[in-house]
Amino acid sequence: MSPRDTSYQAVVSRKNEIMKAAMGMDYESFVQSPIAFDYERMMRETGYSHEDIVRIQRETKVGDTPLFELRNITEAVRKTAGKGKGARIFVKDEAANASGSFKARRASISAYEAAKKGYKGIIAATSGNYGAAVASQAAQRGLKCIIVQEVFDSRGVCQPEIIEKSRACEAYGAEVLRLSVGPELFYVLLRTLEETGFFNASLYTPFGIRGVETLGTELVAQVRERCGKDPDAVVITHAGGGNLTGTARGLGIAGCANTRIVACSVDLGGLHMASDRDFNRKSFTTGHTGFGVPFATWPDRVDVPRNAARSLRYMDEYQLVTQGEVFYITELLTKLEGLERGPAGNTSLTAAVTLARQMGRDEIVVVQETEYTGAGKHHNSQLSFARENGVEVRRGDPADNVPGKAIVIPEVLDQVRGKVQDMGKLRLSYLRNAAKAHPVGLWTEGDYSFLAADLKMDVAWVKKAIKELDN
Amino acid sequence: MGLIAKGTWVEIEETILRPEERAPTLPEDTRKTPLVMRVSGFLLEDASIGDAVTVSTMIGRELSGRLRVANPSYSHSFGTIVPELLTIGTEAAR
Repeated sequence: MSPRDTSYQAVVSRKNEIMKAAMGMDYESFVQSPIAFDYERMMRETGYSHEDIVRIQRETKVGDTPLFELRNITEAVRKTAGKGKGARIFVKDEAANASGSFKARRASISAYEAAKKGYKGIIAATSGNYGAAVASQAAQRGLKCIIVQEVFDSRGVCQPEIIEKSRACEAYGAEVLRLSVGPELFYVLLRTLEETGFFNASLYTPFGIRGVETLGTELVAQVRERCGKDPDAVVITHAGGGNLTGTARGLGIAGCANTRIVACSVDLGGLHMASDRDFNRKSFTTGHTGFGVPFATWPDRVDVPRNAARSLRYMDEYQLVTQGEVFYITELLTKLEGLERGPAGNTSLTAAVTLARQMGRDEIVVVQETEYTGAGKHHNSQLSFARENGVEVRRGDPADNVPGKAIVIPEVLDQVRGKVQDMGKLRLSYLRNAAKAHPVGLWTEGDYSFLAADLKMDVAWVKKAIKELDN
Repeated sequence: MGLIAKGTWVEIEETILRPEERAPTLPEDTRKTPLVMRVSGFLLEDASIGDAVTVSTMIGRELSGRLRVANPSYSHSFGTIVPELLTIGTEAAR
């Protein structure tokens, strides 16, 4: 092969050809316009049935995780909830998957597909649990693995949670490319895909999202068996949108039509995700609004031409919680329920407490994930690191939280209240982004139908909303 | 600093993009810094800290950079005690 120009501009300009070679998948055949594409056909043409996915996942220790009822936390909520209020809270213990999080579901089908297509290795750009998941699945499928991570700031200081994730990836036999702060992680991913000819296990492919559908079908079957009814609400930690999209699709497969799909993110408003200074002032590296809001309001900002994770297509509500609230609930889960799990995975449990307080005692709210914890990831480790980096940590009213400046841990459970995010504003923000991608004057009926489906609204709503945006 | 033997597990560092080569959309603080990459592997020749070297990574790829650390270790921990957490969930016991 002749030496190619590996400068930033040159590599990024070869993005489409690199991705095509690295996935063996041609997105062009699904594209209908700069906005619209045939989403359902793209998801179908992965070539795997739901039963295939279950079987593939069982081969590599993924799925069939326990569903636990959190009786003591439910009791604690009922003590201060109104009369007849306080829904039963259940949690799906996704930490039981190989590599310790639901991300194993997301990695499993990509690793299977890569091996089937004859790739020698697999690459993912991620600083989250997904890295360990890909490394663990690659190890089991006999594939080489490279994980590209954003790990340290310009002082060389590493986020403790991400160090733990680097360690886990290396433990599973992966090569870990550790980078300083910046979105050019994507450039390093492209360059490495080109150098190696490996498979791109992007978080946002149909394989990744289809793999999460089993989480939804399993939890519905477990709740039906245990309670003889469907869950009333499922709460899902939301960042890139794949967890929500895959789980909600699974609920759909199980025929669960009336369950509320509730997204939840940690509010990190005011912190810049690409800022070297802000990097180590965050106590959450995922499940936060820095990903959750931009990915909801424009999914196609990712490392593949069209994103299979489209959260607003499935989301009914969006709750925000503070870092302090999540740390409080993480400690409460440990002390009251005897389960020590990672804080990022407990984001949705925090929102579930607020929801349960408003719901009837005969209702069921399911928290659909946990993640493993340990050195670096543990909430004590995160809080101690925050303090070392000049962030104030104290008990008090969580309304006083200021991301990057103060983490206020509630004094009592009743102060865990969260905050509702305005869905209307999110949908309008999505439409503004769509108008930037493709001028409104050029939108066809096909574009309007796609946008309506992508926003879980109807075409009349989209037309009215876009008119109001124009004025 | 003594010579580090061939075959030792080491960490190397390489500047991927100088500040002026970085993506145009970065916030100001990040734009002033280079994009730096660190990776671990087995050293292919005897060398000293700071030398330009090549390593063979865990999956057998050969990568080059400046030798930074011999036997790089993970020292992340549970942090120093955060007393604010200790009294959560034990209210009933007190």
